[in-house]
Amino acid sequence: MAKGERKAGAVPPSGGGADAPAGGFVQLLTPDGEHLGSVTTADGTTYSVDFTDEEYRGLYRDLVTVRRLDAEATALQRQGELGLWASLLGQEAAQVGSGRALRPQDMAFPTYREHGVLYCRGIDPIMPFGLFRGVDQGGWDANEHKFNSYTIVIGSQTLHATGYAMGVTMDGKTGSPDGEAVIAYFGDGATSQGEVNESFVWSGVFNAPIVFFCQNNQYAISEPLERQTRIPLYNRAAGYGFPGIRIDGNDVLASYAVTRAALDNARNGQGPTLIEAYTYRMGAHTSSDDPTRYRIASEVESWKAKDPIARMRAFLAKQKVAGEDFFAEVDEAAKTLALDLRERVLAMPDPQPVTMFDHVYPHGSPELDEQRTAFTEYHASFEGSGH
Amino acid sequence: MAEKITLGKALNHGLRRALENDPKVVIMGEDVGKLGGVFRITDGLQKDFGEDRVIDTPLAEAGIVGTAVGLAIRGYRPVCEIQFDGFVFPAYNQIVAQVAKMFYRSKGKVRVPMVIRIPFGGGIGAVEHHSESPEAYFAHTPGLKVVTCSNPADAYTMIQQAIASDDPVVFFEPKRRYWEKGDVDLDAPLSGAYPLHAARVARPGTDATLLAYGPMVRVALDAAAAAAEDGRNLEVVDLRTLSPMDYPVIFESVKRTGRAVVVHEAPGNLGLGAELAARITEECFYSLEAPVLRVTGYDIPYPAARVEEDYLPDLDRLLDAVDRSFGW
Ligand SMILES: Cc1ncc(C[n+]2csc(CCOP(=O)(O)OP(=O)(O)O)c2C)c(N)n1
Repeated sequence: MAKGERKAGAVPPSGGGADAPAGGFVQLLTPDGEHLGSVTTADGTTYSVDFTDEEYRGLYRDLVTVRRLDAEATALQRQGELGLWASLLGQEAAQVGSGRALRPQDMAFPTYREHGVLYCRGIDPIMPFGLFRGVDQGGWDANEHKFNSYTIVIGSQTLHATGYAMGVTMDGKTGSPDGEAVIAYFGDGATSQGEVNESFVWSGVFNAPIVFFCQNNQYAISEPLERQTRIPLYNRAAGYGFPGIRIDGNDVLASYAVTRAALDNARNGQGPTLIEAYTYRMGAHTSSDDPTRYRIASEVESWKAKDPIARMRAFLAKQKVAGEDFFAEVDEAAKTLALDLRERVLAMPDPQPVTMFDHVYPHGSPELDEQRTAFTEYHASFEGSGH
Repeated sequence: MAEKITLGKALNHGLRRALENDPKVVIMGEDVGKLGGVFRITDGLQKDFGEDRVIDTPLAEAGIVGTAVGLAIRGYRPVCEIQFDGFVFPAYNQIVAQVAKMFYRSKGKVRVPMVIRIPFGGGIGAVEHHSESPEAYFAHTPGLKVVTCSNPADAYTMIQQAIASDDPVVFFEPKRRYWEKGDVDLDAPLSGAYPLHAARVARPGTDATLLAYGPMVRVALDAAAAAAEDGRNLEVVDLRTLSPMDYPVIFESVKRTGRAVVVHEAPGNLGLGAELAARITEECFYSLEAPVLRVTGYDIPYPAARVEEDYLPDLDRLLDAVDRSFGW
């Protein structure tokens, strides 16, 4: 199809098996670990992956690693080393699949839960720990890693992503296979926010090279999906004039294949796509949450059977792409990384209090200089204050 | 060569020059293209610079400011127009929670150099939401810089300086002064201009200091002229920058005159006048002959246009306050 002629509207996914929601979703790897090869949706698009064995193993390694890092973070939070943690447990496939589909030149705008994408972007996984430990508010180089700061106010980052994508167009970096694309992450709850809807309007109107990646993990803290919408979320895209598609969010291959295609469409000048990754948040919303108050154990159990890592492992084993040695080695490597992380987190120093005055304005301000000086002198006036 | 032009036209020229000088400058907002904005401040700019530089946006303020953040991260210098003061609130979240904090949050790695232009204040007989003075909300937020101009010459240079600044700047335009004329040197180099974040003595005097900004500077100057007939020599300081406030200029003046009266249209409660009164008291206590007095809007929502003249600080209220200061 020529540029700009891409069919606007929700793309009915095809099938997805017995575990699919009503209306289906794109699935390439079943919960039993069966690789479906390729899937063709109702609009005639075919999705498939063409990985080497090494690449399949790499994806598995990513999944296991980010789960292990997340588990370590949860443990550190319980031990009082982190003030809070937003766990990605259960959402590894959505994050790793989409994260690995990004090319180096693509820019990502996360929420506060995208530790898996952060990992895929090559950022030291210790970075988000600073935020949750309370020693900083992030602080990785967004431009270097093409991964912006975590955004805690729900939905705001979708507009930043849209504006950035408009800039990509203005820079002439679209309309070719080597162009740039942008991805914005958000949850099902976020789809109710005005700013997310404004970003849909904007992206549609300006044909921005952007992929909206909604991880529908079924809850916004305690509020179930039914409190945000009465239609499937991917159907929303139709109202804004671009395609929406639902994927099995626990299937790393579908996540990769569909995100890659959407990013390619964006970089080729065909505008936005909304991807709804249908998944489940296995843990609490954050470490402050008590999910037993609003959801039942059997629901959690039913999603356990769709675990993204178990199915990838079953596939690798069945296809003899990997054996027990490999799985053991991956576990061991992930554990080593996690323990190293733990050590570094425990050794993370509190910032020097006076640094709180840094980076308010690019060129400082006399007022703040005065306050900083007063602060320093005040603290120095305490004997043995150490400041 | 100085020309006599209106404040609105001066802004237009300033924006034009910014667009000419830096290809990364883009203007975005509702109706800023063909129409030239509801106040015509962007008149003719889209025609000359194209739809990619002067962007008519969908009608959504959070969208205007939020996408500008993304553009700024990308390396652009967006200049957002908010159509009227009372419509900035849908974008308030983006401004105070995102624009103001991006640099801090990223430990200085992400800059969002952008300008948010807001026509503000009353006096034009408008309907509800078209005459507000929300400056204190923004001035209270660290990370933002807040400025306002009061005359065409300042309008011309300050808008260019705001755009060239690496800070995110909230730029308040005194809409009732859009049509007032003054001399502007359109060829003067920006490098020699008075600094953006500096107050200026608009009229030197010896007996009391009137502190004003934006639309009230004219009222303060008129009051000073009237007081001169009674033999009182009032100094008028045009604050120009509301955050950060340029205190040295203010303190120097008040220490010299011994009296200060602050005037603004916004409600007095917790307004900029309150902050100024506190700071002047702390710094100039032994020089003061009277408490710092405030002449402000009342603590009510902006009233219906037919009574706005009674709401807005005017010459008489200002002179009364000066009298009270001298009566201490
Ligand atoms: C504007 C705003 N309102 C409320 C909150 C508090 N809050 C944090 S996360 C959350 C739920 C978000 O749900 P969803 O968008 O589905 O993302 P998820 O956390 O499930 O990944 C809420 C209400 C917030 N961060 N921002």
